[in-house]
Amino acid sequence: MAKSYYDPADLRKFGKITEWSEELGTKFFDYYGKVFEEGALSAREKSLIALAVAHVVKCPYCIDAYTKDGLQKGITKEEMMEAVHAGAAIESGATLVHGVQMMNKYDKLSM
Amino acid sequence: MATKSLKARHNGLAEKNEQLKILNGGVFEEGELPYFKDKIALTGHYPLRPKKLEIFQINLGYMCNQVCEHCHVDAGPDRKEIMTRETMQYCLEVIRNTGAHTLDLTGGAPEMNPDFRWFVEEAAKAGIQDFIVRSNLTIIRANKKYHDLPEFFKKHNVHVVSSMPHYTRGKTDKQRGDGVFDKSIKALQELNAVGYGLPDSELKLDLVYNPSGAFLPGDQVAMEKDFKKALKEDFDIQFHHLFAITNLPISRFLDYLIATDNYEDYMYALVEAYNPSAVENVMCTNTISVSWDGWLYDCDFNQMLELKVDSKIKHIKDYNEDILNDRDIIISQHCYGCTAGAGSSCQGTVA
Repeated sequence: MAKSYYDPADLRKFGKITEWSEELGTKFFDYYGKVFEEGALSAREKSLIALAVAHVVKCPYCIDAYTKDGLQKGITKEEMMEAVHAGAAIESGATLVHGVQMMNKYDKLSM
Repeated sequence: MATKSLKARHNGLAEKNEQLKILNGGVFEEGELPYFKDKIALTGHYPLRPKKLEIFQINLGYMCNQVCEHCHVDAGPDRKEIMTRETMQYCLEVIRNTGAHTLDLTGGAPEMNPDFRWFVEEAAKAGIQDFIVRSNLTIIRANKKYHDLPEFFKKHNVHVVSSMPHYTRGKTDKQRGDGVFDKSIKALQELNAVGYGLPDSELKLDLVYNPSGAFLPGDQVAMEKDFKKALKEDFDIQFHHLFAITNLPISRFLDYLIATDNYEDYMYALVEAYNPSAVENVMCTNTISVSWDGWLYDCDFNQMLELKVDSKIKHIKDYNEDILNDRDIIISQHCYGCTAGAGSSCQGTVA
């Protein structure tokens, strides 16, 4: 067993999850591949969305993968950082909008 | 940014055997990744054999005005290997008689060869269908004596293929040196001004994109769209096609991969992206590469690894297309660079 929870070399082995459940694994990777194809959104736009989500879900594998994917697609570092901020803004917004719940509750309980 | 070639720095990797040792050892020797030979054998492509010769590629010398980080030639101002007029005469003889439809001049900066113009004038007379010069662009601005190159190219209907790693200054200069981006933009504008690269122009101007780091090129068509939009909007520059070329793990790019601890990951990425349909059309199956001193190779990369063709015809002075075409192509693990994803060749993707 590895001494840490995350090992960069494990990313290469992602495909192996199929070995323990072939049907679900195959379905997942087919779906995954299809999602990132050129569609109503360009593959480039989807790569930036994936990068933002990777940060929000704090997945180190995904951050490595989609930083590299962005480089491969010619995405600039400024575009990448703006995508991360878009993710961070939604994440902090999601926290702050709960402030309204807090305010409501405060008002309800106060005389 | 390096200012000298690996050779001038006495870097161990300037030795071809050192490079081959790395390419044959490590993750391949340990069995983690398959040798290229075994991989292509799975689809019946071993031994790799040439098809009809289409491209005759001549390296006019390793001298260059730039010292790019990724250069597989290890070119630079300190490289003195330059093709002589005598060797050019042998080449001209072959150009007049070859069945190839494309003549491809490369370097270094081929324009720095003192006999470059003479050779182009003579070669143009042979009336070959597609006559390519691989220009690094900045050479046009490097010295007054090169300023008229756009006009010279036009006069001989040369197809200009130029390197442009990105449409932003930062990425271009990081790979190719400070100031390269601005000079390249100026050179492209000058080529446009004489008619190169315009939508209906017969004066062909194509750009070459190499990734500026340890990653593979993205989709060639999508990249071309991005390059066209950015260069037109920002600099009013037009060109015909973009060739996305994978960096092969040899010479200075190999040195970079090792120094930045990216070598293994890069080889994994190349092997994972292996595409059997790219093997069908790898450029060594339709190209012959000639070095500055007249030796023959399966491709420009094998030339840099000093892997001469496996044929009794090894030198331009003994050239015989039929005998030469009956050979096995020499391969090693760097060949994965040409079969990754949509494939890679001097003319861009192949699959």
